[in-house]
Amino acid sequence: MLNARHADDDEDAQVIPLSPDRQDSAGDSPAGPGLLERGIASGLAFLRRRLAGDYEVDEFGFDPEFTSTVLLPPARALYEHWFRVELCGLENVPEDGALLVANHSGTIPLDALMLSVALHDHADRQIRLLGADLVYQIPMLGHLARKAGHTLACQADATRLLAKGELVGVFPEGFKGVGKPFSDRYKLQRFGRGGFIGTALRAGVPIVPCAIVGAEEIYPKIADLRPLARLLGLPYFPITPTFPLLGLAGLVPLPSKWVIQFGEPMTLDGYEADDADDPMTVFELTDHVRENIQHMLYEALLRRGPAFL
Amino acid sequence: MSSMPVAAARVVLVTGVSRFLGARVANALQAEPGIERVIGVDTVPPAESLGRTEFVRVDIRTPGIAKIIASAGVDTVVHLNLVTSSAAPRAKVKELNIIGTMQLLAACQRSPDMRKLVVRSSAAVYGSSPMDPAVFTERDEPAEPPRSGYAKDAVEVEGYVRGLMRRRSDLTVSVLRFANLLGPGVDSPFTRYLHLPVVPTVLGFDPRLQFVHEDDGVEVLRRMTVEAHPGCYNVAGDGVLLLSQALRRAGRPYLPVPSPSLSVLGDMGRRFAGLSGFSPELLRWLTYGRVIDTTALETELAWRPKYSSEAAFADFAAAQGLTHNRLTHLLGRA
Repeated sequence: MLNARHADDDEDAQVIPLSPDRQDSAGDSPAGPGLLERGIASGLAFLRRRLAGDYEVDEFGFDPEFTSTVLLPPARALYEHWFRVELCGLENVPEDGALLVANHSGTIPLDALMLSVALHDHADRQIRLLGADLVYQIPMLGHLARKAGHTLACQADATRLLAKGELVGVFPEGFKGVGKPFSDRYKLQRFGRGGFIGTALRAGVPIVPCAIVGAEEIYPKIADLRPLARLLGLPYFPITPTFPLLGLAGLVPLPSKWVIQFGEPMTLDGYEADDADDPMTVFELTDHVRENIQHMLYEALLRRGPAFL
Repeated sequence: MSSMPVAAARVVLVTGVSRFLGARVANALQAEPGIERVIGVDTVPPAESLGRTEFVRVDIRTPGIAKIIASAGVDTVVHLNLVTSSAAPRAKVKELNIIGTMQLLAACQRSPDMRKLVVRSSAAVYGSSPMDPAVFTERDEPAEPPRSGYAKDAVEVEGYVRGLMRRRSDLTVSVLRFANLLGPGVDSPFTRYLHLPVVPTVLGFDPRLQFVHEDDGVEVLRRMTVEAHPGCYNVAGDGVLLLSQALRRAGRPYLPVPSPSLSVLGDMGRRFAGLSGFSPELLRWLTYGRVIDTTALETELAWRPKYSSEAAFADFAAAQGLTHNRLTHLLGRA
């Protein structure tokens, strides 16, 4: 689930990034007149490739070049300068297939975007998130989510991605989590029906618990206009201290300080793939993962200290 | 496991032989030494000579088809008659697809010589919706079953085929769900769409598309006919192409428009410009796309398509003279 509407000028790539590949330009020979020329040349080459359709996407529609040159840079600015995200436990992110389970909050799911940036920049992994079907019905958002490598939350897609050794991310709280009132901050909601446990068991991959602290404060939801939400077909229509009071300016997230903590992978060694069909086992494991993440959330909250400093 | 001792195809009947795919498959089958006779049927005579294939002009919606199957001792039927074009009136197309299949299958059920049935179906049976899994396997049910057009016909045709399989369990039945065919000789609603002066796309959506090259399609149908591979298989080239990507590769100018106005445009085109319009199923495909998994077919045939979706599109585009536009060339020199 992405909120990247501000970066939706993909179609004709009007943005000409001068150094599409951050790593390369950073490690190259010292700056000089050559750097600018090379930047322009690579920008033009990028533009040409995009205009000619000369790039690859996978079966999910994931377009790595577009993601790293157009979608991620604005998110990265937010990540580095606005939310000042601090990472811990990065060594817990495995190199092969795993299911990352995180809490979901913030009214607008910027946590998904920040998680993508964190893993892309610092773990060299492209997280493949499983999003609500609402995302794929909204024009623009649906195809941007697919281009960024994410897909619909369904068993088939998750299994297929895990079989390819991808890092798959889920927010089991779903809309209950992202749209919860500010007064419930950092209290995990119900973890869906535990479908993610079944997915992990069948695929035989570990679960990586992840706690995201900071997203709760970006749009403190103090009320919900239910009739309007129903009218628009949305799960909720938030009222925050700044929205809709300040109009569009109210859409600027508050600059909270973030901590993203990855916990030790929970291997489901004692269990078989068949246990995915035993509801009691699934419930127990779901609770176990949930408690683990709740515990990590409290820890990370302490570590962060004041919300905005 | 697959090559059970089934009597090899000797007398083959191909439906829809006057159309592009039928003619090519008949052509491929008549080169097979084991096949004694290839009988092609259609309602209109073929545009070009079919060679060794004997053409019989018969409407498969009539019992005449049963007479041919019985008198010629047909043992293998290759049913390629599914009409996917929206150029003909819908009622007529539906009658051809549904009633034609029912008559044909009734004749197959009656005939003691029948051994094998190969049916060309379409990946459209999976529908297209935002709730779809990213990739469909043969076992997946559609999230939203198709409600109209040839896609619904294909679902019903598959239903009748399953009925026949229950009643004649001795038959070897292969059902092939084809992705959109593409290649130098293909004329389909999608190829016409690509030739519009300015191609309208659905605003805010960029569907994932898959294509199967005509050569690969013919090869799959040939193998299914001369060998025994019972079951239902998806047929598509490897990989996917986004619609925007395809249009850019073909150098076609395009304009995203909101989806309601797209269908209005299509209607106006049909009414005033003699175009084929956009059928609801084409519109849904151009909005949400669809990807199918071809692992089952590739394992069963121990074969991979020669053309990926990208290569099939490139071959089609090159044959039609669709290439990168001037702007790209300009940038290419830079």
